[in-house]
Amino acid sequence: MLTKRIIPCFDVDRGRVVKGVSFIELRDAGDPVELAKLYDAEGADELVFLDITASSDNRATVYDMVSATADQVFIPFTVGGGIRTTSDMKTMLELGADKVSINTAAVNDPDLVNEGAYRFGSQCIVVAIDAKGTGEGWEVYTHGGRTPTGIDAIAWAREVVERGAGELLVTSMDTDGHQRGYDIPMLAAMSEAVNVPVIASGGAGGPDHMAEALTAGKADAVLAASIFHFGTYSIREVKAALSEQGIAMRPVGDR
Amino acid sequence: MGADPFLVVVDYDAGNLRSVERALAHVGVDASISADWADLARADGVILPGVGAASDTMAKLGERELTEPLREYVASGRPFLGICMGLQALLDHSDEGGGQECLGVLPGTVRHFGFDHLKVPHMGWNQVEWVREHRITEDIPSGTYFYFVHSFYPAPDDSGLALGETTYGLTFPSVLARDNVVATQFHPEKSGDAGLAIYANFAKWVREA
Repeated sequence: MLTKRIIPCFDVDRGRVVKGVSFIELRDAGDPVELAKLYDAEGADELVFLDITASSDNRATVYDMVSATADQVFIPFTVGGGIRTTSDMKTMLELGADKVSINTAAVNDPDLVNEGAYRFGSQCIVVAIDAKGTGEGWEVYTHGGRTPTGIDAIAWAREVVERGAGELLVTSMDTDGHQRGYDIPMLAAMSEAVNVPVIASGGAGGPDHMAEALTAGKADAVLAASIFHFGTYSIREVKAALSEQGIAMRPVGDR
Repeated sequence: MGADPFLVVVDYDAGNLRSVERALAHVGVDASISADWADLARADGVILPGVGAASDTMAKLGERELTEPLREYVASGRPFLGICMGLQALLDHSDEGGGQECLGVLPGTVRHFGFDHLKVPHMGWNQVEWVREHRITEDIPSGTYFYFVHSFYPAPDDSGLALGETTYGLTFPSVLARDNVVATQFHPEKSGDAGLAIYANFAKWVREA
């Protein structure tokens, strides 16, 4: 049976993982490769790296990171942040990323989704959608959730899938950062609107929230950062809890 | 021990080419990336990687004049491993993109997962049950999870070609094997330790062949 996926997400600045990853067993908690290996051993099904480097002068640092990760980690990983052209996509995929995630760039230039899917295949084009409730539906935001676009999030989801997106990474700006659960109605609406996998993001406080996103929210995967990085829950614990609730999980290997 | 075996990963710009090379390096195999038919002619083992579309794959193999050398290599009886699109390319025909003739090394067709309420691509970790024994799966338990990303699945004419089976909407052969040919629909290079074990077993087979 196809399992639901648990995906830790790392914010990366100048090739280093930031935002307080606290693992006492790591010599260097900012080293993406060491962290990726640790999460792999813990049972992560995929990894997402979000490059938040402000200056484009520092792109080389993220290139090194992608390449070093691909050398040593043999599970799929996605790179997002700062990808604006098909040439940016090509660079990341050639360095070893399995998928690239685009957000603001897709809103600014929707043809980028078509071009990316045509050149590299839908399987490696993830469109990230940041959205906020309007009372009637959900509105797409860009620039890390700062800029409202007036675009209906469900219509946008349909459009990008039509254009060739192979997967959607859906973040609720309302629930993100609060650790009180994902936006279940939005996830369910999104998941019903499209025929590609949906990754739920924003609001994970624990395994029960993830279970909700994967059942009522109909998501195919859940992404979380803080609860893993701060050690609130390990991936092993999350997987055990979800399995107990009858959700299909890939077992964590005994190493 | 004699000289190191000459293991070739076929270079036709497949998206997962470097990942396959890295996985082989991780299990201690120094593979040669090549699009040269002469390398295929003298290789001890060949891997055909691949992601993306069937038409694109066959077009690129054609442009590089690799279709006939690949058929000849397979006929020579030396170990061959196809991955994902490298599996689908072995069959006669794919329904992808309005229809595409493939290498015809294994009789059968590649079909679309056209079922209601089934998300496509089939993306993520799914189980593979071995239906018989083979050296490529040695020491890997039946029911192990591997990473899949595909919208089309192999439907060989002879169900006896199945070495492993996976269920997604229907049960399909996710590993095919006949004589010297083995091919996986999943990506061993993205399937963690279990996937690396497939490459290690293949390398051992090539060394001993």
